[in-house]
Amino acid sequence: MGQLIQQLINGLTLGAVYGLIALGYTMVYGIIGMINFAHGDIYMVAAIMAVTVLTLLGAAGITAVPLALLITLVVVILFTAIYGWSVERVAYRPLRNAPRLAPLISAIGMSIFLQNMVQLTQGARVKPIHALLPGGFELGTIDGFTVHLAYTQIMIIVVTVALLVLFTWLITRTSFGRQQRACEQDRTMTALLGINVDRTISYTFMLGAGLAAVAGVMVTVYYGVVDFSIGFVAGIKAFTAAVLGGIGSLPGAMLGGLIIGMIESFWSAYLSPEYKDVATFVLLILVLMFRPSGLLGRPEVEKV
Amino acid sequence: MSAYVPVHQGPGFAARIKDALAVAMLSLMLGIPMIGLHTVDSGGALSIATRWPWLALFVGIMFGGRLAMQFALDHFKLNKARRAQKRPAVRATRPWLKWLGYAVLGFSLVLPIAFSGNRYVVDTATTVLIYVMLGWGLNVVVGLAGLLDLGYVAFYAVGAYTYGLLSTHFGWGFWQTLPVAGALAATFGIILGWPTLRLRGDYLAIVTLGFGEIIRLILVNWTDFSGGPNGIGQIPRPTFFGLPFSPDTDTPTFATFFHIEYAAEHRVIFLYYVILALALLTNLFVSRLRKLPVGIAWEAVREDEVACKALGMNVTNIKLSAFAIGAMLGGFAGVFFAARQGFISPESFVFSESATILAIVVLGGMGSQLGVVVAAILLVLLPELGRDFSEYRMLLFGAAMILIMVWRPGGLIASREPTVKLNKGAQA
Repeated sequence: MGQLIQQLINGLTLGAVYGLIALGYTMVYGIIGMINFAHGDIYMVAAIMAVTVLTLLGAAGITAVPLALLITLVVVILFTAIYGWSVERVAYRPLRNAPRLAPLISAIGMSIFLQNMVQLTQGARVKPIHALLPGGFELGTIDGFTVHLAYTQIMIIVVTVALLVLFTWLITRTSFGRQQRACEQDRTMTALLGINVDRTISYTFMLGAGLAAVAGVMVTVYYGVVDFSIGFVAGIKAFTAAVLGGIGSLPGAMLGGLIIGMIESFWSAYLSPEYKDVATFVLLILVLMFRPSGLLGRPEVEKV
Repeated sequence: MSAYVPVHQGPGFAARIKDALAVAMLSLMLGIPMIGLHTVDSGGALSIATRWPWLALFVGIMFGGRLAMQFALDHFKLNKARRAQKRPAVRATRPWLKWLGYAVLGFSLVLPIAFSGNRYVVDTATTVLIYVMLGWGLNVVVGLAGLLDLGYVAFYAVGAYTYGLLSTHFGWGFWQTLPVAGALAATFGIILGWPTLRLRGDYLAIVTLGFGEIIRLILVNWTDFSGGPNGIGQIPRPTFFGLPFSPDTDTPTFATFFHIEYAAEHRVIFLYYVILALALLTNLFVSRLRKLPVGIAWEAVREDEVACKALGMNVTNIKLSAFAIGAMLGGFAGVFFAARQGFISPESFVFSESATILAIVVLGGMGSQLGVVVAAILLVLLPELGRDFSEYRMLLFGAAMILIMVWRPGGLIASREPTVKLNKGAQA
C-alpha cells in the first residue's frame, strides 16, 4: 500500500512533465497539422540552458531558492522561445505549402541539428547540478514503507496545474486564442479576415517552446542531471501522450501525460523496468485502434 | 506582340543591411546560451566558461552570410525570369533523366573492377546499395501508397535477426534464409498493418514509430532470444554456390576451385554484386508492380482515399499489400546486412536509421526510383566525406536535410512532375 501511494506520487510528477511537453505538441499540431519533431529537442535545449543559468546564479551568489528558480524560469523561457521561433522560421515556414512529408523531414533534420549542436557546444558529458530544492515531507509509514513527497514534486505539480489553467484561459477566452483556433480551422479564411496567420503560427511555436522550457527547468531541478540526448525519448513519450489524450485538446494532452507517467512508474515498480516503454507504445496502439481520436479528442469527420 | 519583360527589383542596399542586422541580432540571442556560455566540470561541480570570440565570429558569419545569400538570391531570381523567356513554350522535362539512370547502372556494374584494389570504395558502395534497396522498399509504402512509416527499420531488424538466429543455431545458409526472412518480415508487416492501417496518416506514423521502438526494446531486453545488447556474432558469410571465401585449403574454396590466388577482396566484391543483384531485382519487381492493378491502386489510394472507397475498392487491403511488400523488401535487405557484417546488435536498428531511410525516400523525391539512388549516395557519402571533421558531420547532416527540403520540397527528383510542361514565362 505504501509503495502504491509512492508510485502514484512519482507517476503524477513524471506525468506532469510529459503533459507539459505534450501541451506544446498538441498546440503546434492543432495549428499546422504536423508533428513538430524538433519539440523534444527544444525541451532538451531548455534543460541545458537551465543548467547554465543555475550555475551562473550560483556563481553570482543568488542562492535564495524562490528567486533563483524564478530568474531561471524567466531567462530560460525567453531564450527557448527564441529557439522555438527560429525553428519555425527555418524549418517550417518555407515549407508551408509543400507536400505533407517535406516539413516532417526538415523537422527531423532540425532535431538532429539541435542535438548535435548542443553536443558540440556544451559537451557530451552528463551535467549534474546541486540539488536546488532538497528534502520533502514524509507522509507516514504504511506497511513498513515510508511515503515521501519531495518539495520538487509539489513544485512540478503546482506549476503544471497553473500552466494548464493559464493556457486553457488563453486559448478559450482571449483574442489570441480565438485567432489561433481560427487558424486551426481554416487558414485561408482566417487570412481573409485580416489575421496574420504567419505571426499566429510563430506565437504558437513560441508558446509551445515556452512550455517545453518550463518542463526542461523542472526536470533539471527534479533529477539534477541532464545531457544532450534526453530530448528524443521525452519527445516521443510526450507525443504519445498528446495522441492518447486526443490531439488538439489541452486537457487531453495533460490526461495523456498523466496516464503515461502512471503506467511508466507502476510498470517499473511492479513488473519490469526494461519493458516500460513497450507498455506505453502498446497502450497507444490499443487506444488508437479502439478510439482513434484519442480519449478527449473530437472525432474527425472526413469531408470530400 | 511584345511580351511583358519582368524586371526583378530587389529591395535596396539599406533594406538588405537592416535585414542582415536582424539576423545577426537573432544569432546573438541564439548564440549566447549555447556558444557564448558553457558549463565545464571543475572538480565535481560545474562552473561557467565563456567563449565570446567564438560568439562574435558566429554572429559575424551569420551577418555576412545572410547579406551574401540575399544578394545571390536577388541575382538568381532576376536571371531566372530572363532565362525562362529564352526557353521554348512547351518542352519535355528533363529528357536526360533516363540516360542518367543508365549511366548510374553502367557505373555500378563496373565499379568493383574499376576500383578492385580499393577495398574502401567497394565497401562504401555496398553500404550505398543497402540504403538504395531499403529506400526502394520503403518507397513502395511511402512513395507509392502514401503511408508514412517511421518504423521501417523494424522489418530490417526482423530480416537481420532471422538470418542471425537461423544461421548460428540451425546452420541455415544465406540463400535458404532469404525467402524465409522476407516472408517473416511481411508477416510482421501484416500483423502491424492490419489493426493500424485504418488510422489517418500521422497517427500511422506514430504507431509505426512505436512499433519500431518495441521491436528494438525486445531485442535489447530479451537476452536469451537475441543476445541482448551484445547482439549476435560470428554469423556465417554467404558462399559462392557453396564455395566459401576463405584461405583454408582442406575443402574446396572459391580460390582453389577457380585456381586463383586467395584474396580478401573476393568476398567484398562478391558481396557487392549480391546486393547489386538484390537491389536491381527489387527495382524491377517494384516497377513491374506499379503497372499492375495493385500498383495503380496504391497510387490511387495515395491521391484520394475517399474516391477509392466510393469506387468500391478495399482500401485497407490495398494499403496492407503495400505495407507487406515494403516490409518484405526490408527483410531481404536485413538478411544481407547480417551476412555482410557478420555481427548484429540492436544498435544498428535505432530510430535514426528509420529516419535516414525515410529521408532518402523523401529527399530523392517520393515515388522516384532514381531519386532514391541519388539521395542514398548523398546521405551515405556526406558523413563519409565528413570523417575528417567527424565531430561536425551529424550537424552538417541535419542542416543538409533542412536545406534540401527548403530548396526542393518535392525532393531532388520529383516523380509527380509531368513529363511535358508548359513554360509560362516563354515569349508567345
